[in-house]
Amino acid sequence: MALSGLEIFKLLPKTNCKECGVPTCMAFAMKLAQKKADLGECPHASEEARAALGAASKPPIRLVKIGVGARALEVGNETVMFRHEKTFFHQTGLAIRLNASEDEETLVSKIREIENYTVDRVGEQLKADLLFLSQDEAGKDAFLKLIGFAKEHSTKGVILDSRDRESLTAGLEILKADRPAVFLSGDVSDGDFELAKNRSVSLIITGESFESLESRVEKAKKAGIEDLILNLKAPDLGRQFQNNTILRRSALKKNYEPFGYPLLTMVEAENGPDRMAKASVGLCKYASIIVLPRYDKALLYTLFALRQNIFTDPQKPIQVEPKLYSIGDPTPESPVFLTTNFSLTFFLVSGEIENSGTSAHLVVCDCEGQSVLTAWAAGKFTGETIAKFIREIKLEEQVKTRRLIIPGFVSQISGDLEEKLPGWEILVGCQEAADIPSFVKSVSIA
Amino acid sequence: MGFEIPIEKNSGKIAEVTIGATSEQGGTRSNTITIGGSTALPFLFFEGEHPNRPALAMEVFDKVPAKYPEALLDYYRDVIDKPADMAKKCVEQYGAELISVRLDETHPEKGDRSADEAADVVRQVLDSVKVPLIITGHSHYEKINVVMKKVCEVTAGENCLINYVETDNYKTIAAACMAYNHSIVAQSPIDVNMAKQLNILLSDMNFPSEKIVIDPLTGALGYGLEYTYSIMERIRNDGLAGDSMLAFPMIINPGYESSRVKEVRVTEEEYPDWGDMELRSAYWETATAMSLLSAGSELIVMYHPKAMETVKKHVDELYSAESGN
Ligand code: B12
Ligand code: SF4
Repeated sequence: MALSGLEIFKLLPKTNCKECGVPTCMAFAMKLAQKKADLGECPHASEEARAALGAASKPPIRLVKIGVGARALEVGNETVMFRHEKTFFHQTGLAIRLNASEDEETLVSKIREIENYTVDRVGEQLKADLLFLSQDEAGKDAFLKLIGFAKEHSTKGVILDSRDRESLTAGLEILKADRPAVFLSGDVSDGDFELAKNRSVSLIITGESFESLESRVEKAKKAGIEDLILNLKAPDLGRQFQNNTILRRSALKKNYEPFGYPLLTMVEAENGPDRMAKASVGLCKYASIIVLPRYDKALLYTLFALRQNIFTDPQKPIQVEPKLYSIGDPTPESPVFLTTNFSLTFFLVSGEIENSGTSAHLVVCDCEGQSVLTAWAAGKFTGETIAKFIREIKLEEQVKTRRLIIPGFVSQISGDLEEKLPGWEILVGCQEAADIPSFVKSVSIA
Repeated sequence: MGFEIPIEKNSGKIAEVTIGATSEQGGTRSNTITIGGSTALPFLFFEGEHPNRPALAMEVFDKVPAKYPEALLDYYRDVIDKPADMAKKCVEQYGAELISVRLDETHPEKGDRSADEAADVVRQVLDSVKVPLIITGHSHYEKINVVMKKVCEVTAGENCLINYVETDNYKTIAAACMAYNHSIVAQSPIDVNMAKQLNILLSDMNFPSEKIVIDPLTGALGYGLEYTYSIMERIRNDGLAGDSMLAFPMIINPGYESSRVKEVRVTEEEYPDWGDMELRSAYWETATAMSLLSAGSELIVMYHPKAMETVKKHVDELYSAESGN
């Protein structure tokens, strides 16, 4: 059970020596209670305190890493059931399944395609995180070949799935410096733990019920393996939803150690929309890793957008610096567009101005990261605030144009803005950013 | 070993709202739809009751929407300008359990169609299908008040879901709903306190609490979904914790919101990294709906037939789970 700040305080030296970086032992105790500090930061803590705090000071859901270098995936270490309580920290890793039974050429070209697939959304580079390499019905040689292709053509972390220990041992030898994970689809034994020992390998433990999952986790822990990921099988999406909730809640609210690990969800469905539905629910409800049965760009792109949404920090909207931006190579005569500093808005608008092929200036007003209509409704995007911002950035010294293109959704501010910005003509633009290219063609904008 | 399913009991219960009326109840619908009634968070059958499945509606229009996506038009080309026929297609072919009639053409800036004409469209739809109706308006206060009053009158007894009222404009429409026995959607822009405030205002008018559905306002996937998602989870948590002014079922609009975004309308040739447009347009709406279902919505207005089929199938799956493994 978690200890309260006061209970922890009683275990500390109470000398207020400040070496932990906090002014008092009490303050440090409070941080420990909130899991914002580690007992190791107090050099004077007694053995007794360490023992008592040992369990309580560990994060309730372990952080587990797959892969190495910049592309390594970290999952776990979550602290809340609902994103509004704080935030979700480590976004769901997306894995794509490849079966060794497929022919070599297809496998190589798929691995390469997945490797090269990155897409930009709201200024973020998005990509699949892991390859799930399955031996499937194939023999050891085909499996090892697949692993070799992944090693050669991909930098992504790898999960190995095979029931044959000999294949796994040989596969792990190929990946010995790459921190892979091993997917165990049924009961576990000492041999499985040998695989993970002395190598940086995490084990994905499968259970058919809470009980079988728990007993397998206990076995692994007894064998000294700590980097675990849990896969509780469910017959349908409803059971999946409930299972994941129960596992997460047990870990966070009950500090139930056997379930204090990240969760993996296998998406198995015949068609794309069904996969989409299952993956969406998995992503919202606690899957730290989702294994997709095939590579599908439309599905990945949609999931990337959902992942961005669910894993942004709800306390602060993602925003860009308010200032004057150049799109392309604008001259002082180039047109001037206006928008807000909500990241999504900024990236949509700047992207479409770019698509239009026009070089332009883009005035990005300080609206505390709100969208056009939200900012307008909150009084942060009005004739007055915009005019003030334009004076602050000394726009008139930087451009010769005196015509400002404003978002179509706030046509109502154009009169007010014209009044507050003497010498400027206000041109009401289209409503949706996607129409900017045709808007630019249809009117004389500069 | 000591594993026990951690159960969290709630003191609150989400109101049960019934939409539609059969002939015994003074209407002409073949069946009614009841939503709400849950005593636990969505789909957690191990700690509470979920007596009613979330319901799936589809939408028809008094006017072909400007910029209706090509990917959708493929399914509706023959009926998009005939709301009664489109409603029939949605019910008979795509499995809609309710039909929403969107009356955008009555907006003064969009066509300024009269209240009588709007009522006529609603009547046609009522005649062509037997499922309960949602009547969906817009935010031009003076005009929508006139239109909804008329629509409430001509559909008296049908117990339609009148969609929507806002904090700044609720009295006229709420009074009409009470006079003619309809249910109401209370819309507020992604804000727990505003949702609560509007429900208090309605209950101060003695609006019956078993006739209110909350619209927390849908942001499409990638366009504000995260805000809607969290506000819904907060509203539901508070409602279940005993705040009766938040304990209402919620309606969301993944169809309408998704149909407006670029991601459902550009081709793979234009955006190779976004993948196949046909699939993507179904995915976008499916992901919007499934995530907001997870957050607690029980009335979902869909556009895309493929997304509709998919969401329906997974509502069934989510609903079949009556124990925690
Ligand atoms: C998410 C959201 C919020 C989030 C904030 C998100 C954020 N960071 O801004 C939260 C929950 C905080 C919020 C709060 C509020 N909101 Co709000 N919100 C939304 C929602 C659902 C989506 C907004 C969004 O993210 N859009 C996506 C971005 C990219 O759109 P955008 O900035 O407009 O940009 C597009 C275009 O304008 C165009 N564009 C942008 N710049 C430019 C420039 C040029 C030159 C051109 C040509 C085009 C162009 O390109 C973009 C893509 O097409 C909308 C409703 C909806 N479904 O759209 C309501 C909405 C904007 N909110 C609304 C309101 C009223 C509010 C509140 C005032 C409610 C309240 N009283 O609490 C508050 C205000 C905040 C405050 N009090 O501080 C209303 C505004 C009503 C109106 N017509 O004025 C809306 C429309 C909802 C509604 N129908 O009632 N909101
Ligand atoms: S380092 Fe330890 S003893 Fe020193 S103030 Fe911090 S908690 Fe107290």
